[in-house]
Amino acid sequence: MIFDLSVPGGLMGALVPDIILMVGAMVLMLVAAWGPESASRQRTVGFGSLAVLAVTIIAVLVYAGQGATAGPGIIAVDGFRWASDLVFLIGAAATIGIGIESNPRDRFLSAESHVLVLFATAGMMILAAARDLMIVFLGVELMSIAVYVLVGINRSSVRSAEAALKYFLLGAFSTGFLLYGIALIYGATGTTSLPVIGERIAHFALGGHGMLLIGVGLLLVGFAFKIAAVPFHMWAPDVYEGAPTPITAYMAAAVKAAAFAMFFRLWIESFTLIDGAWLAPIWWIAAATMVAGNVIAIAQRNIKRMLAYSSIVHGGYLLVAVVAGTSLGSAAFLFYAVAYSLATFGAFAVVSAMTRPGVHATLISDYDGLWTTRPWLAVGFGVCMLALLGFPIFGGAGFFAKWYVLQAAIASNNDLLPLAVILVLTSLVSAGYYLHVVRVMFMRPRPENAPEPAPLAPLTRIVLVGSVTLLLALGLFPQPLISWARTNAAVTAPEARDPFPIAPTLR
Amino acid sequence: MLAESLALSAALFTIGVIGVLTRRNAIIVFMCVELMLNAVNLSFVALSRVYGATGQVFVIFVMTVAAAEAAVGLAIIISIFRHKKSVNLEDINLLRG
Repeated sequence: MIFDLSVPGGLMGALVPDIILMVGAMVLMLVAAWGPESASRQRTVGFGSLAVLAVTIIAVLVYAGQGATAGPGIIAVDGFRWASDLVFLIGAAATIGIGIESNPRDRFLSAESHVLVLFATAGMMILAAARDLMIVFLGVELMSIAVYVLVGINRSSVRSAEAALKYFLLGAFSTGFLLYGIALIYGATGTTSLPVIGERIAHFALGGHGMLLIGVGLLLVGFAFKIAAVPFHMWAPDVYEGAPTPITAYMAAAVKAAAFAMFFRLWIESFTLIDGAWLAPIWWIAAATMVAGNVIAIAQRNIKRMLAYSSIVHGGYLLVAVVAGTSLGSAAFLFYAVAYSLATFGAFAVVSAMTRPGVHATLISDYDGLWTTRPWLAVGFGVCMLALLGFPIFGGAGFFAKWYVLQAAIASNNDLLPLAVILVLTSLVSAGYYLHVVRVMFMRPRPENAPEPAPLAPLTRIVLVGSVTLLLALGLFPQPLISWARTNAAVTAPEARDPFPIAPTLR
Repeated sequence: MLAESLALSAALFTIGVIGVLTRRNAIIVFMCVELMLNAVNLSFVALSRVYGATGQVFVIFVMTVAAAEAAVGLAIIISIFRHKKSVNLEDINLLRG
């Protein structure tokens, strides 16, 4: 099927999965606001949100199965979009699954929290589809504004409010940079369409245009804030610690994947020709993120902060795939996004399960001797830690995720061998904190007064068992996921159309 | 005119950035962020004199999004004021990097 995006019907047709999600979210928002907050309403809306996500996933699978494409326009219809959408949607389902059970434990009952996850996911799906800077901006903002609220959704917690304020102020600040970057790119090329920008850069030889280069640089700053790359990472640990646990998982996995999906399309469609000017800065950001993130993570005592630095570091590993800049890089990104999301949601399901009403067991020492009281919880958490480390076999798909990023780096034309070496060396450093958690759980005695963790609630159990099983299965049989990532990796559009090739006048 | 407008826009954006980095009151920091966004709007309007209506359409989107962002931002600032009786960023220090 080919959608003609120049007519409204074709555009609507290309957006059906997004529209299903948004309409479902709006209906559920009404349900949530219809009466007073209560535990039963929170559950109803939560399960309703899961149903909406299921329908959206089916719609995405149908579109992906048909191999639908589109003519030139503001929305991409390709495998990369559907593959990224699936990562976000499954991440959202895991978030809501953990949230339904952990929100009452954290003493808040707002049913809107689940609906806001749906809105943020709609923003991510738009980001993955955007082929116009205007749509990129709308997607980023729809995602970010919903997540600002989600971080502060627990109004009784001062930590949650503080995290929300920090995230909001820095998020809005970075939006300013992103937007100014877009304005300057528009000024240099005279268009906001991604493929046309690429075409004009090639046609008018704008590669050295000062306004364009500054614009791309500002865009890069905004993007680095969103993925919390060093040196723009200072907000991440505070926000991850203060936010409700399922939302932390959502930010660490889905929000980061969405920002990367957007950046891959932007980079490959528009800016391949000015690689020279901005490759070196991204190279240094990737290296600094990997080194600084890993070194600081070792010093953490709080498991949520440790996982925050771990997520910063994984952003650095993914930047290596960006610098590789090929379809091998975006295939590695898709594989990595799946493996990393599974490990993250598994890990945060355990962190959430360890929390009891009013008691935040988020220190690493709270996991001392977990093996003796709750062996399966300890095994599940151990597998997720090893997957984040990239350990072969016991870490499941985590090993192959890093392997493919390395492969993309080595195969790339850009000289990335030093970056690959840094990736391997910093991975060794990361064993210091991932294996520390494993050692604490299995080799230390359980303290006498340590509270017994509550039994695992059913949805959290499904998330944990599902992630761990998939991680291990994909570690043994990675072939299906690899071929899925390879076939969906092509980001470039079939053809672009530049109806009014005006020479940009600003030189 | 174009060069002057773009220069003014860059100056306003810089003032906004400096304000965000130096001010300690959450409301004033937020106002500086709005100043940054509106500086960008000025750029878009100026550029749309050269390239046509796209820039102006973008401005409408930016203003709408900024309004939504302001609604969320002020709600967050109120929720922290209820806990702390202050919106000074130096008092907001439970979470430490």
